[in-house]
Amino acid sequence: MELFWYIVLMTMLAIYVILDGYDFGAGIIHLFFAKKEKDKKAITNAIGPFWDANEVWLIASGGVLFFAFPTLYASSFSGFYLPLIMILWLLIFRAIGLELRGQIHNKMWEAIWDKAFGISSLLLALFFGVALGNIVRGVNLGNVVNGVSTQEAHYFFLPLWNTTFSPQAEQLGIIDWFTLLLGVVGVVALTIHGASWIIFKTNSDLNNKLKKVIFNLNLVLLVFVITSLLIWHIIEPKPFHNFIEHPLLWIFPIIAFTGLFGLFKVKSFKKDGLGFLFSSLFLFGGLTSTVASIFPKVLPSTNTVNPSLTLYSVAADEYGLSVGIYWFAIAVVLVAIYMVIQYRVFKGKMDDIGYGDH
Amino acid sequence: MEDMLFYDRMQFAFTITFHYLFPQLTMGLSLMIVYFKWKFLRTKIDKYNDAAKFWMKIFALNFAMGVVTGIPMEFQFGTNWAKFSELTGGIIGQTLAMEGMFSFFLESSFLGLFLFGEKLLGHKLHFLTGFLVFLGSWASGYLIIATHSWMQHPVGYEILENGKFVLNNFGALFSNPWLLPSYLHNQLASLITASFVVASVGAFYILNNKHSEFGKLFVKTGVIFGLVSSILVAFPTGDWTAKNVVKYQPVTFAAMEGIFETENAGSEIVLIGQPNMLEKKLDNKIAVPNILSFLTYQKWDAQIKGLNEFDEKDYPTNVPGLYYAYHIMVGLGTIFIGLMLIAAVQLYRKKLYKTKWILWSLLFMLPFPYIANTTGWYTAELGRQPWLVYNLMRTADGASPTVSSGNTLFTLLGFIGLYLLLGLLFLMLAGKIINKGPQLIKH
Repeated sequence: MELFWYIVLMTMLAIYVILDGYDFGAGIIHLFFAKKEKDKKAITNAIGPFWDANEVWLIASGGVLFFAFPTLYASSFSGFYLPLIMILWLLIFRAIGLELRGQIHNKMWEAIWDKAFGISSLLLALFFGVALGNIVRGVNLGNVVNGVSTQEAHYFFLPLWNTTFSPQAEQLGIIDWFTLLLGVVGVVALTIHGASWIIFKTNSDLNNKLKKVIFNLNLVLLVFVITSLLIWHIIEPKPFHNFIEHPLLWIFPIIAFTGLFGLFKVKSFKKDGLGFLFSSLFLFGGLTSTVASIFPKVLPSTNTVNPSLTLYSVAADEYGLSVGIYWFAIAVVLVAIYMVIQYRVFKGKMDDIGYGDH
Repeated sequence: MEDMLFYDRMQFAFTITFHYLFPQLTMGLSLMIVYFKWKFLRTKIDKYNDAAKFWMKIFALNFAMGVVTGIPMEFQFGTNWAKFSELTGGIIGQTLAMEGMFSFFLESSFLGLFLFGEKLLGHKLHFLTGFLVFLGSWASGYLIIATHSWMQHPVGYEILENGKFVLNNFGALFSNPWLLPSYLHNQLASLITASFVVASVGAFYILNNKHSEFGKLFVKTGVIFGLVSSILVAFPTGDWTAKNVVKYQPVTFAAMEGIFETENAGSEIVLIGQPNMLEKKLDNKIAVPNILSFLTYQKWDAQIKGLNEFDEKDYPTNVPGLYYAYHIMVGLGTIFIGLMLIAAVQLYRKKLYKTKWILWSLLFMLPFPYIANTTGWYTAELGRQPWLVYNLMRTADGASPTVSSGNTLFTLLGFIGLYLLLGLLFLMLAGKIINKGPQLIKH
C-alpha cells in the first residue's frame, strides 16, 4: 500500500515537473531570447491557458504527500522552511507576471511584469534543481551535534547555506556546490524543455533560433549530467546499488538518455512535437532514475545516529491509505477527462488565442 | 518558545485572512455569473451576456489572487505546523488531498476554457464551463470546511500510543454534524459578499450616470440575491451553526455571547458591552433579558452555562477578541437584512433606482460583507482556541519544532510586504475594470 502511494506521488511529481517545467522554461526563454513584442506574445499564448492547471499538479502532489506520507511532509516542509516559502513567493510573482501584464497597455508596466515572469521562472527552475539535490544528498536528521540529536529523530532544519558550501559538512546548508550543480542542471534542462514547448505550440519567428539554442544547451546539459554522474559517488558511496540489485530499473536511465540524445537531432525533426517528447523523456527519466537510486529512502540521513526516512517509516496508517484509493481512482479518471478536453480545445498552434488581452 | 508560537499563529492568521478576501467573492460570484449566462441563453438579450463577461473579468482577477495566496495555505501546514501535520495528516490530509484532486483540477482546467473559449465553444458549452468552474469552487469550499469541521469536532478517529490520529471511518468525515450547517452558512455568506459587490458596482453606475442600464441590472440582481442570502445566512444556517457551538463547545458559546455567569432564570442577549477579563464581567452592557435562552433552546428560562462553570485554562485564548468578532458579524448581518429588505421593497414599488439614499448605502456597504465574513471566521477559529483539534490537541503542541522565531518573523514580514503589493495591484486593476464598465466589451 505504501509502495502504491509512493508510485502515485512520484508520478504526480514527474507530471508536475514536465507540465509546469515547460512554463518555467518558457519564462527563461522569454527572459533571454524574446526581444520583440510578437515573440513575447507567442510565448505567453503558448502557456497562457495551461500554466494555472499545471501548477495544480504541485498543489495536488502536496496534498497526496500530506495525506499518504504525513511524517515526510511535516519533516521536510519544516526542515526546508525558508526555500519553500521563497518558492511560494516566486510562484506568486510568476503568476502575477503572467496575469497582470496584459491588464494595462503601457511599456513600463509590461516591462516590469515581463521581468517578474522571467526572473521568477529562472529562480524556480534553479530552486527545484537544488531541492532534488538536497533530497539525494540527505539532511542532518535530528539536527545531530557532536553525536547527539537535538531534535526528534525525524525532524531537522537547514539554513540556506553554511560557510563551507560543502555537501559533506556536518552542519549542512540547502545550497552547496553539489545542490547548486543540480540547480544548474534544472535550469538548463527546463530551458530546453520550454523551448521545445514553444516550438511545438507556436509558429513564432523564434522557432528556428530556438532549435539552435536547444542544440547548444543540450551539449551543455550532457556535460553537466556526466559531471554529476562522475561526482555522485562523493554524495552516495554506492549510487548503482539499486540498479545492480534490480536490473529492471535501468529502464529509467535509458529513458533519460534516449531523451537527451534524441534532442541532438532537433534541427531535422519533421514534427514540431517531437522535441517536446524527447525533453519530457529526459525529465521523466532523470527524475525517476534519481529517486530509484535512493529507494526506499525518501530522505537520507547524513549522520549515523538517526536512520534515513524511508517510504515505510513516513506513511500514514493502512486504513486511510486503502480508503484513499477509492476516491483517488475516481479523481484520476476525472482529471484525465479534463486534460483531454483542455488540450483538445487548445490543440495545435496557439499564436492567435490572444492570451492576456482580456 | 512563546514568541515562536506567536509568529506561527500571526503568519497563519494574516495569510488566511488575506487569502479569504478572494474566494469569498469568487464562490458567490461564480453562481451569479452562471445566472447571467443562463439568463442570456433563455432570453437571448445581449445585456445578460455582457454582464456575465464583465463579471468574468472581475472573477478572473479575484481567482488569480485567490490561487496565488491559496498555495501558501497548504504549504504552511507543513512549514509552520509540522507537529500537527505529522500527527493528524492521515485524517485531514484526506480532505485536503481530495480538494486538490477534485476541485482545483476542475476549476483550473475549465477556467481557461471559460475565459478564452467563448468563440471556440459556443454559448451553451461556454455556459457549461462556467457551471463547472462554479462547481469546482463550491467543492473546494466543501472540502475545506470538512477539514475545518474535523478540527472543531473530531470524528472517525482513534489515537495511537505514539500520539498519532488515525482514521477509522472515512464516511464520518462527511457525516460530521458540524459540516453541513457550517458549509451552508459559509456559502451563503460568500453569496452575500458577491451580491453586495454586484449591487454596489451597480449603484456606482447609476449614481455616476454611467452604464446605467447595467447599473440597474446589477442593483436588481444584487438586491434579490442579497436579500435571500442575508436572511438564510442568519436563519436557519446561522442559528443551526450556533446550536452546534452550544452543544459541542459550551465554553466557546459563553465567551462568544459574553456570558460570564450562569443565570438560572434564563440568559440575556448582549447587544453591546466590553468584556472585562480582570473582573470577569461585561462593562457598559446593553442587553435584552431572556432572549438568548429563547433563541438557543426556545425556552425563555432555559439555563445557559456561563464562563464561571469552566476551568480558566480551557477558556478560549482570546475571549474579548472572540466576543467582538462574533458581535461584529451578527451586527453587520442584521444591518444587511435591513438594508436589503428596504431595497427590495423599493425595487418592488419600482422606485429603487431613484431612491438615492439606498443607492448610496449600497455603494458604501461594499467593505462590510468582507468584514462580516472575516469576523465570522475569526469567531470559529478563536472559538476553537486553545485547541487545534478540539479537546484533543492544543495549538501550542502543533507548531514546527525546528523552525525558529527569527525565520518565521522573516517570512511573516515578507508575506506582509508581498500581500500589501498584491492588495494595491488588485484594487488598482479592479478599479480600472469597474471604471471602464461593461459596455466596452465587444462581442
